[in-house]
Amino acid sequence: MAISYDEVITKYDPVLGLEVHVELGTASKMFCGCATVFGAEPNTQVCPVCLGLPGSLPVVNGKAIEYTIAIGLALNCSIAPFSRFARKNYFYPDMPKNFQTSQYDEPICVNGYLDLEVETEDGVKEFRVEIERVHMEEDTGKSLHVGGATGRIHGADYSLLDYNRAGIPLVEIVTKTIEGTGKYAPLVAKAYVKELRDILRGLGVSDVKMEQGSLRCDANVSLRPVGEKKLGIRSETKNVNSLRSVERAVRAEMIRHAGILGKGERVKQETRHFHENTGETTPGRSKEQAEDYRYFPEPDLVPVAPSKEWIEEIRSRLPERPSDRRKRLQDAWAVPDKEMAAMVNADVLDLVEESVKLGADPTKARGWWLGEIARIANEREVPASELSISPKDVAKIVELVGKGELTDKLARQVVEGVINGEGSPQDVIEARGFKVVSDDGALLAAIEKAIAAQPDVAEKVRNGHIPAAGALIGAVMKETKGQADASKVRSLLLKTLGQSE
Amino acid sequence: MSETPAISRSDVANLAKLARIEMTESELDHLSSELAVILNAVARVSEVAKGEIAPTSHPLPLVNVFREDQVAPSLTQEEALSGAPASEEGRFKVPQILGEEA
Amino acid sequence: MIRQSAADMAQALAKKEVSAEELTKAHFERISTVDSKVKAFLHLDTEGAINAAKDVDQRRSRGENLPTLAGVPLALKDVMTQKGIPTTCGSKILEGWRPPYDSTVVTNLKRNGVVILGKTNMDEFAMGSSTENSAFHPTHNPWDLTRIPGGSGGGSSAAISAFEAPLAIGTDTGGSIRQPAAVTGTVGVKPTYGGVSRYGLVAFSSSLDQAGPCARTVLDAALLHEAIAGHDPKDSTSINAPVPKVVEAAKRADVKGLKIGVIKELQGEGYQKGVLDRFQESLEILSSLGAEIVEVSCPSFDYALAAYYLIAPSECSSNLARFDAMRYGMRTGEGSAEEVMNQTREAGFGKEVKRRIILGTYALSSGYYDAYYGSAQKVRTLIKDDFARSFDKAEILVSPTAPTTAFKIGEKSNDPLAMYLNDIATIPVNLAGVCAMSLPSGLATEDSLPAGFQIMAPAMADDRLYNAGAALERELLAKWGKPLLEMAPELL
Repeated sequence: MAISYDEVITKYDPVLGLEVHVELGTASKMFCGCATVFGAEPNTQVCPVCLGLPGSLPVVNGKAIEYTIAIGLALNCSIAPFSRFARKNYFYPDMPKNFQTSQYDEPICVNGYLDLEVETEDGVKEFRVEIERVHMEEDTGKSLHVGGATGRIHGADYSLLDYNRAGIPLVEIVTKTIEGTGKYAPLVAKAYVKELRDILRGLGVSDVKMEQGSLRCDANVSLRPVGEKKLGIRSETKNVNSLRSVERAVRAEMIRHAGILGKGERVKQETRHFHENTGETTPGRSKEQAEDYRYFPEPDLVPVAPSKEWIEEIRSRLPERPSDRRKRLQDAWAVPDKEMAAMVNADVLDLVEESVKLGADPTKARGWWLGEIARIANEREVPASELSISPKDVAKIVELVGKGELTDKLARQVVEGVINGEGSPQDVIEARGFKVVSDDGALLAAIEKAIAAQPDVAEKVRNGHIPAAGALIGAVMKETKGQADASKVRSLLLKTLGQSE
Repeated sequence: MSETPAISRSDVANLAKLARIEMTESELDHLSSELAVILNAVARVSEVAKGEIAPTSHPLPLVNVFREDQVAPSLTQEEALSGAPASEEGRFKVPQILGEEA
Repeated sequence: MIRQSAADMAQALAKKEVSAEELTKAHFERISTVDSKVKAFLHLDTEGAINAAKDVDQRRSRGENLPTLAGVPLALKDVMTQKGIPTTCGSKILEGWRPPYDSTVVTNLKRNGVVILGKTNMDEFAMGSSTENSAFHPTHNPWDLTRIPGGSGGGSSAAISAFEAPLAIGTDTGGSIRQPAAVTGTVGVKPTYGGVSRYGLVAFSSSLDQAGPCARTVLDAALLHEAIAGHDPKDSTSINAPVPKVVEAAKRADVKGLKIGVIKELQGEGYQKGVLDRFQESLEILSSLGAEIVEVSCPSFDYALAAYYLIAPSECSSNLARFDAMRYGMRTGEGSAEEVMNQTREAGFGKEVKRRIILGTYALSSGYYDAYYGSAQKVRTLIKDDFARSFDKAEILVSPTAPTTAFKIGEKSNDPLAMYLNDIATIPVNLAGVCAMSLPSGLATEDSLPAGFQIMAPAMADDRLYNAGAALERELLAKWGKPLLEMAPELL
């Protein structure tokens, strides 16, 4: 009998730890000059250094240091006056040197925090997530497993290795234990990763696409009985490839742990793999003992000691924080909190801002993105940003409606048409022959027709019964195939029947 | 005088696993006695390395050696694969990997 | 022709008294005559060398201004990568590997027009003091073919000593250039750490390794030193400063008023009498030239060997992890990738290498790090401090290079600790990162075998080595009446 989330929350207090890896968007790799662009032919972006050939030596990419410092500053960290690279020693075929050049006890950024505003069923809650450290390391090569059923490693006959991604700069951001989130734990985790992603995107240090792996999240979850101080045993979940998965994975692990603890058993400390399709986690290969990485300072690299001037210079170039930006936009557009949160939650804030920059009225732009477009996005289970409609399109549509060339009803159809790939708003309008009938002559003709068809209704209106006009307006709209401006029809009709608003 | 640090045969066997070397039984035997002797000789470093002495990781006081973020020519695929024991479709071919990625 | 110094060869070439092609061919002939006995070489690049020599000749005949050493032949220790040429590091695990890139040292040599004859034998991955750990065969000391030529760079020094090449490149991590130089009666220098690029130097112990010149005279070594040294942006640990003016210093050779510190801890018990006698005589010679001899004490040196045999194996256990049968080198065994890896490393690495990998893995393990690797790094600081204090009292420090002359092949190969003791005087230099030279001080009376005199100088003061070394060399030559190498009973 599966335990419900509500039961879990009554009995247990969740503790989280989130590790996020970011691929930096530098032109060259962390320790050599090989290109970092995606999609090249295998093993064409490798050199003696990133292939780990005997005799090769690493040289640090200065831009990667700059980006890492920027990330640390954006996360309110202290920048270490002296930090070192270290070797993390373990064997795996995708690691050319069989050690990873990383950082160990002297990372470049420490002790930061990130403030979150999490939208919950009980309103917007504030949480502060403390950051333990931010450090630099290098990515591994990629393996293709051949011969097995699903292309996964188990049961494969052999593997093919491509080292193009070996040596790509990675930044690892590690939180301190996140406590006190209670039932909101899954939401807090998701909000953390999202806010982090937005900050990183704003800094321009990475394209942060979770689905492509340039932003990766490992979620550590443990439970302890409510009121208990001692931490429970944690599991680490990998392969969390979207924001939605972060929330689902945390939730799934909380329920799973509770199930085990409820039976009086111990949770296994292990690494687990999240599955998108089932929403469950499965265990990775269990190891007999924890691997001893035998960390020691990297002798081929010298320490990093960024000057105060350099740090301040990077700080001065930091862009506006997402939370500050949101406050600024909220004030500028005079948006209520709930709507602001809705825009952030639906991930359309950038799109609305862009539309406004292109001339759209903020309220109208918001209306479209949060309304029709968000509805379609939800239906198709994709983010709004992936639909084929752009802020430019929305700005155009808002403009046309404003000018009276489109009615709201027509505009909705245009939006749908653009999303379905029929082209720009103009293309859709032309293709479907949308034209707002605003020509008085044409309208009057339709009005006459409607009056003639319903003389008794028309009489009612003439006698002052204004609401009755609705039936006539409806008839006119039908006659014009919905392409008439309803309010114009109304005023013309009333005028014709000797009435005014 | 430091006492002989115990390094057992099973210690050596574990170390060989960690270092990915499949040693023979007789190698393990010999190595554990040789290492015990060597460790006895080197253990004395902890005698004198007491107190607040900073360790030296680099002989030279260099810091902040960086390179510009510029793309430099890579090896060709052929050069990269030139030493490969086996390759297929431009990739290094390796036998079935048992362990899970860390 | 082959018995000349490199400097004289260079002059003859410049004056067109001999062509580079002739000179190179003469050396290959010498190699074919003697190397079956000496076994200094692992690979000869006959075609490549002759082509390079021809190219030098062509450029010279076109009237181009060529670097001093253009056309002079050289032997390269097989630990340095040379594009397209087999590089084994004396190990089966790299047998047949042809690197797709040149080490910076080789790039610099090629730029200077130096002709690389081939790759020389060495202890496997530079671990050893006798070249007996080579996976292929030992090298024999040209002074006495039943004896070791030193290690790990025994091949390079033997080649120099046997006139198979006037110049050679070696690498020195704990004495691997200097000790072979001492036991073969030749000159070898370990430059200041960071003075010569390590890019392309297959790493043994990254914070200790350094490539350096081997030659028959101090001036030859200086010429080679200037050709290979200098900042390399591909090596983060390379010094970004001009190369010390070592050729000028070698020509100056003036020790008047020079303060020379004799290190108390590097003599006495454990040192062969003949070695100590020659050392004393050399001191007297320097004194007679106007130098002032003082005694200095470096107590931490008693711990140097122990620290070295923790740091070097630790770093090498990590550096050698890349040899896993996946991307290059030997692949043997069956089964999974892990099984193939384990079996290949078992079959491909020799005894000493395996011993050090296991030792290093242990010293770095959690729970042991502080006592072993961590402590050794602290001892390193103490050694640096002792050097710094001593260099306040003297401009150079001196000692015998090695405690004994060349021992017999097989004599110490079963006793690792006894073997390690060969490096007792050379190791402190690597731990501190300073520079040192070994030059011949004469023959030990007991066995008529060469002994070496070691000169040490502070980091970046490599010129002091050459100045003092050249002065001593000049006086010794005068004393002997002829070069030491001409006194070899069977120097073939």
